[in-house]
Amino acid sequence: MLSKRVIACLDVRDGKLAKSIRFVDTKDIGDPIEKAREYYLDGLDELVFYDITASSEARSIMLNVVESVAEQIFIPFSVGGGIRSVRDATDLRMAGAEKINVNSAAVLRPELISECAAAIGSQNVVLSMDVRRVGKTAAVPSGYEIVINGGRRPMGKDALAWAKQGETLGAGELVVNSIDADGTRDGYEIVLTRSVAERVRIPVIASGGAGTPGHLHEVLTTGKADAALIASMVHYGEYTVSEVKTSLHELGVKVRMSW
Amino acid sequence: MTVIVDYDAGNLRSVQRACTEVGLAATISDDPQAIRHADRIIFPGVGAAGSAMQSIRKSGVDVALEHAFRSGVPILGICLGLQISLEFSEENDQTTLGFLPGKVCRFQLRNRDLKIPHMGWNEIEVQRRHPLLEGINDGDEFYFVHSFFPEPENPTTIFASAQHEREFCCAAGLDNFFGTQFHPEKSGRVGLELLDRFRNWDGRIAE
Repeated sequence: MLSKRVIACLDVRDGKLAKSIRFVDTKDIGDPIEKAREYYLDGLDELVFYDITASSEARSIMLNVVESVAEQIFIPFSVGGGIRSVRDATDLRMAGAEKINVNSAAVLRPELISECAAAIGSQNVVLSMDVRRVGKTAAVPSGYEIVINGGRRPMGKDALAWAKQGETLGAGELVVNSIDADGTRDGYEIVLTRSVAERVRIPVIASGGAGTPGHLHEVLTTGKADAALIASMVHYGEYTVSEVKTSLHELGVKVRMSW
Repeated sequence: MTVIVDYDAGNLRSVQRACTEVGLAATISDDPQAIRHADRIIFPGVGAAGSAMQSIRKSGVDVALEHAFRSGVPILGICLGLQISLEFSEENDQTTLGFLPGKVCRFQLRNRDLKIPHMGWNEIEVQRRHPLLEGINDGDEFYFVHSFFPEPENPTTIFASAQHEREFCCAAGLDNFFGTQFHPEKSGRVGLELLDRFRNWDGRIAE
């Protein structure tokens, strides 16, 4: 039986580790390569790097960071942020990323998902979606709307419909990131995560709001997620990765316990 | 020289990096001559059996691998590399290399909560001793990404299994060939240890 995965997300800006609260205030908190290695040795199941600058100058810095990380960690490793073309995706793959996360550019041009899937295989294409809770409307019947550009631009697109469309276009996994919960450490958006997980047949990774191992437990059971993304709770040293996994194990969640 | 066989089947750098980590210097090559002269071969790959076989036959890599297998050179197949070492794959209904008697089947799952591809970390159960599996403990997990699984004909060629609704073979071998359905290069310490054992393996299965 597959284990539930604990995935650490490192937001990288100009080659440095940063962390945002509700997508606005970002501050540097250290060296991403060192953190990646530390988490890997402490039992992390998978790593995500998110390039939050994604300006053209920063891209080459990011490729160097990806290359250094790939030399030091031997678990699945994905990179996202600013991927607009198959070329962006293959450059990152060559640098050592296993999987590629597409987000805003895929909302604006959904074929990006199928193009990437054809080039690097569906299993390596992760559709990452930023979602905000809004009132239910005709355009957004679920009450969950897709937003892009780091949470700044609402798209009038329903999150559940987009998740399904992403799967159909060839995404191999979905990251469901709640902007309302992001950085709050108050827990994941359980209803949203579960609604998406029940709608698609590809793995769903819950993101945004993790503050305690109990939050992960909730989203991996009630929320039906296959994996949970964590950031602040480990970046600031409040918990270690192995503490999070041990707690999950004690709460009865099947997680990888030997590393 | 150790050669990592290149046949347009995915990014092989991660396999090479993991080899470097355990002190195994390996060259990525699609040259049949290099494969013929290798003293150790890693045969990785992700993708579809049909296009993989096409590429392998076109380049002559199939004949070189066959030669290496008959000569007793230690070969490690990973994922698709294991699958196309069997005789037939249900993926694209493809006749494959046939070093190992048996075929490759598609997962047919009844439980809708289980997903295909089988992707993530899963425990393996060692069924039969093999030098490359020495030191693996119950509960050790490896990283998998696949929709098809190997079904070797002879049970004595099955060395480990895993569960995804049903039990399936995840490590198989015959003589100097050994293959894993999981990815040792992405499986953390336990995966690196397997590659390290391959570095020293003489290609024999001691009874």
